[in-house]
Amino acid sequence: MKTVAIVGASLAGARAAQELRAQGFDGRVVLIGEEPHLPYDRPPLSKAFLAGTAARESLDLLDADDLASLEVRLGTRAERLDPATGRLVLSDGELEADGVVLATGGRARALPGTEAVAGVHVLRTLDDALALREELVPGARVVIVGGGFIGAEVASTCQGLGLDVTVLEALPTPMARVLGPELGSICARLHGRNGVTLRCGASVAGLTAVSGRVTGVQLETGENLPADVVVAGIGMVPAVEWLDGSGLAIGNGVRTDSGLVTSLANVVAAGDVAAYGPAGIRHEHWTNATEQASVAVANLLAGQVVREYQPSGYVWSDQYSGTLQLAGHPAPDDEVRYAEGGPDDDSFLATYHRDGRTVAVFGLNNPRGFGRLRRQALRRPMPVG
Amino acid sequence: MLRACTVDELPPGESVRIAGPEPIAVFNADGELYAIGDTCTHQDASLAGGWLEGCFVECPLHAALFDLRTGMPSCLPAKQPVRTYQVQVEEGVIYVLADAAEDAA
Repeated sequence: MKTVAIVGASLAGARAAQELRAQGFDGRVVLIGEEPHLPYDRPPLSKAFLAGTAARESLDLLDADDLASLEVRLGTRAERLDPATGRLVLSDGELEADGVVLATGGRARALPGTEAVAGVHVLRTLDDALALREELVPGARVVIVGGGFIGAEVASTCQGLGLDVTVLEALPTPMARVLGPELGSICARLHGRNGVTLRCGASVAGLTAVSGRVTGVQLETGENLPADVVVAGIGMVPAVEWLDGSGLAIGNGVRTDSGLVTSLANVVAAGDVAAYGPAGIRHEHWTNATEQASVAVANLLAGQVVREYQPSGYVWSDQYSGTLQLAGHPAPDDEVRYAEGGPDDDSFLATYHRDGRTVAVFGLNNPRGFGRLRRQALRRPMPVG
Repeated sequence: MLRACTVDELPPGESVRIAGPEPIAVFNADGELYAIGDTCTHQDASLAGGWLEGCFVECPLHAALFDLRTGMPSCLPAKQPVRTYQVQVEEGVIYVLADAAEDAA
């Protein structure tokens, strides 16, 4: 293999570049990014970076040594992949590659029909964060649509900036899809405890605007919530449309086998865009992106599946002064037991049980206890890198 | 010189955090005492709460590994080393050598 193209200058893309070198590939590595920015870390975009306390440089994922070993093409969109020739058609030319890592992630889902309304934001990219940050001025009333991790973290940051914040969640319990109903509702209480209004079962009918700028959020009930800034945290769509005609199997992302190899042995996928295994599972989390890059690169270089992806299911979220940590894969009807503290405490540890097995571990504000319990209860995760 | 705790208060596998403008984490790794900057250089997390394995500590939030002997990260996501400090035991009390000049460095 002489040239490996990494499509997507994301966390998964950056890690794939580092893994290629770490795993001994000495050929040409081309990292292609649609954004004009060098690869950056996203978690602070909803927290310290949004609050203005973390600098852009602190987000950098690649250092000077990494960059010296790569060819980076920024502001370049991938438009087509020809599987027969391994030719990538880019917005600024063509590129021959005999190995391809797909790490294109996805795009934030916007509230329908709001793209042109000022004051309405999504948060996925650095530019999204910069645009939102500019509007978080004193006195701004912020309505956040979606009570998942992103919504909760933005709410927490806005509250920290002294703003008036309301979170709207369509489901009866926020974060129930990730944490299950019991721990989801416990974590959702953090909003109220910190002076943020959380409204569950709230469906958005539309926005009100004056002179092209948002003034409020209209609920299905007819109620209108005044808003100067609206943030949609309602998920993402995998960026796969450019792969039409590539011959790759697409469905809720790029389909791969359990080793993250697509239907072409020299094309692998990693991160938010990868839908792996028979069930086509995608994970949209930081740890997943970094762990998958390592496995995908190993299998790309080997030309066959030498490592299968075993997700650790590790997710964290910082909200208000709390840290939530989850490892494993809980299901909504798992039994929850408390290993330390209880649901009303500011700090507790809990485990999820199914068919007599411990399937997941959760910690609120107890990283040390979480680490210990996770190792006791679950298989020790592979170290990253 | 900063007082950490008594030797008895820090059995093998345990750690203690010395608060301050630059908090310090002190570890007992299988009988050897080490002191390093407490804050993970990747993102703000206390390494004193991390998992200790041999002479490495794993950040409790994102699993970066640091070598307690050198402060160097041995795996991503951390890239910058943490500071290391000398440790001294006197009459059963563990002290960390961190003078004002070092703090300012």
